[in-house]
Amino acid sequence: MTSTWQATPILEVRGLTKAFGGLTAVKNLSLSLSAGEIFGLIGPNGSGKSTAMKSIMGIVRPTAGQVLFQGEDLAGLPAHKIARRGFGMVFQHSRPLNRQTVLENIMVALLPDSLLKVFADPSLTRRAREIAQRVGLEPVLDRRPPTLPFADLRRLELAKAIARHPKVVLVDEPFAGLTLAEVSVFSELIRSFRDEGRAVLLVDHNVKSVSALVDRVLAMYLGEEIVTGRADEVMRDETVRRVYLGGAIETAARPETSFKDKVPLLQVENISVHYGKAQALNNVSIHIHQREFVSIVGLNGAGKTTLFNTISGFLPYAGEIVRGGQRMRGLTPAQVARSGIVQCPETRELFGEMSVRENLDLGGQHLDDTERESQLAWLFDLFPILRERQAQMAQTLSGGEQQMLAIGRALMMKPEILILDEPTLGLAPVILEQLSKALEKLRQTTPITVLLGEQNVTFALPHADRVYVLEHARIVWEGDPGRFAREAGVDYL
Amino acid sequence: MPSRFRSPLLWITLAVLVIAATLPWYVSAYILGLLTVAYYFGVFAMSWDLLFGFAGEVNFGPTFLIGVGAYTAGILNSHYSVELYLCVAAGALAAVVAGFVLALPALRLRGPYFGLTTLVAVLILQSFVVVFADLTGGEIGLTIPDVLSINAGVNYWIALGFMAVSGAILFGLAQSPVGLILQASGQDPVQAGALGFNIIKHKLAAFIVSAFFSGLAGALMVFYMGTASVGTVVDLAVGVQVIVAAVLGGRRTVLGGALGAIFLIVAGEFLRPTGELATFIVSSVALLVILFFPNGFLGAVLSRGTRS
Repeated sequence: MTSTWQATPILEVRGLTKAFGGLTAVKNLSLSLSAGEIFGLIGPNGSGKSTAMKSIMGIVRPTAGQVLFQGEDLAGLPAHKIARRGFGMVFQHSRPLNRQTVLENIMVALLPDSLLKVFADPSLTRRAREIAQRVGLEPVLDRRPPTLPFADLRRLELAKAIARHPKVVLVDEPFAGLTLAEVSVFSELIRSFRDEGRAVLLVDHNVKSVSALVDRVLAMYLGEEIVTGRADEVMRDETVRRVYLGGAIETAARPETSFKDKVPLLQVENISVHYGKAQALNNVSIHIHQREFVSIVGLNGAGKTTLFNTISGFLPYAGEIVRGGQRMRGLTPAQVARSGIVQCPETRELFGEMSVRENLDLGGQHLDDTERESQLAWLFDLFPILRERQAQMAQTLSGGEQQMLAIGRALMMKPEILILDEPTLGLAPVILEQLSKALEKLRQTTPITVLLGEQNVTFALPHADRVYVLEHARIVWEGDPGRFAREAGVDYL
Repeated sequence: MPSRFRSPLLWITLAVLVIAATLPWYVSAYILGLLTVAYYFGVFAMSWDLLFGFAGEVNFGPTFLIGVGAYTAGILNSHYSVELYLCVAAGALAAVVAGFVLALPALRLRGPYFGLTTLVAVLILQSFVVVFADLTGGEIGLTIPDVLSINAGVNYWIALGFMAVSGAILFGLAQSPVGLILQASGQDPVQAGALGFNIIKHKLAAFIVSAFFSGLAGALMVFYMGTASVGTVVDLAVGVQVIVAAVLGGRRTVLGGALGAIFLIVAGEFLRPTGELATFIVSSVALLVILFFPNGFLGAVLSRGTRS
């Protein structure tokens, strides 16, 4: 790596803090970035890395701290002012102008922020062409975005971000949704930004995907810095390993042969799902037996949530989902939930302005009064803190309490199959322990079947009878958790 | 920025305008009167599309801007005998000021709240007109002494010319760099901000332009009709008609608004023999178009051109 980042930093972030109400997403984060350097900001989902990037860009207003750009504090300025100082941001998702051509879309990025420019400067066309050539959009200049393949849409995002020659380029998940061949092309492009002397800040989930690209990495967890250093140093760091893989992995699997049902309770067969042009699931097959606890592990963006939403009836799919011999195609999400497959989504989706009790009662709304009372009593034994918080508004709970409420509300529906999507997202270790105990109690004392999606392997494995690894929209590994700890875990970070 | 569909569209528009300009020589005064009103509605709808189609903001109160323009012009003429053209200019200016005062705080709100603010503005204007009846004529309406012309043909040409000029300016603005920025702000405000565009500034400017043309059209229409009343320039139902016209004609096309307005008014009139059914039929057609062709008349044509 021939970098010159020993020079004085062009961007210095000091003590950056961003709180949303009671939740502090970024805590006292400091980093510095030099011209000609690629800096990676990594952390599991919910660690605050995207919020940190948005705070630097001015898309969200930082609660405290400084963002010093060439000595000037930009913290608190709106995004458009920060952009004009020399910042460009590559978004993961965007909506280009669909009635305009690729060339015109790039020209928009070059326009001055003026109300009086009724006629475009003719030199803009030439400049837009040059930028298009840089990122490899030349063959599709006159096409409109809806006709472009996914990778070209990402190129268009790069083109817009670098159009006005920013000194600092922020890139949100550079490789999400790209094929391996495209990843190497985009890596080259990002390197070329560095070689032109720009400072590049990448945000991504894991070190592995960006390790070949970055000069330095800052690993974050729960809004705070864990460690900063070269990629290989960070990957060796004990705390980082614990955050991603956990310490010693414990497993307590029941062998698949111990489940009595000959035909699995739920069979997902060759499911494929597309979001527009991006393939989110590619020929995925899984099955779950009655009373079995199955974990789907995979990094963020692998397709876990898509798989769960497909099972829950939210997404159109190719393939079949069969439950107890019945095809589930055509059922609405409400019918799926009522039939006993209940999802507790990653985003929790609590009714924030209702009380804890009201949230739970809504979950148990189809039960009769006595049944609801007994289910509620059982639930309060599982999560005693919810009993104390009954009258409190859901949005005022801490993150861990909200997660318990979300699971509790799902359990009030008396599900046969409970789908838990990333329950550990952004939660402190002490909360994870409580969730762990609750899951263990469910496993020991109830006939419930659980499908758990996690990127936190340490949390997922102790509760799993079987594990699937989902990577880039495909199932790449299947087996028992003991074998996972020995085989697959090595490549996971 | 030459685009493939633009030149045929230009020629078709010009041809239609030339044919429309010859109508007074062979069409009855009754139909001319109908089209005159339709043309003013066309300007209302085109101004509205600049906000909805480009800035991405739903203004539920187009009649707030129209009404302020119309009543300012009407009151100045009726109570203070101000020269007609000064009244029209004052009406447009008042609409701009009122639009600015309303939009500046409202644009800081997100999502449906902007729309609700504009809705409430109409109700406030409506109550104002009713309460200050001495000034505004109240529920009976305000009689305007001056008229644009007593000749139906001249009135028709004024309205047609006004619509053509307004349409050309609004369309040109929408296609210009400023229009592109506005469209980007409407579609993805976060990204437009990160590209260095002050979204509030651009949306505010769009609101002011929209207010100017709405107010101007409202003021002119008052001098054509000889009266200003809540039922013709302020009522929510009038606003709904403007919105339906713009959506029917085609979102983000500007010119579609004029088409939609002419369709609504002419179709309503042709169906008049059916009595009460007329409104029902026109509304049903509008509903079907919105449900099944959400891009409207012109939007459907343009997107076909895009695909080929």
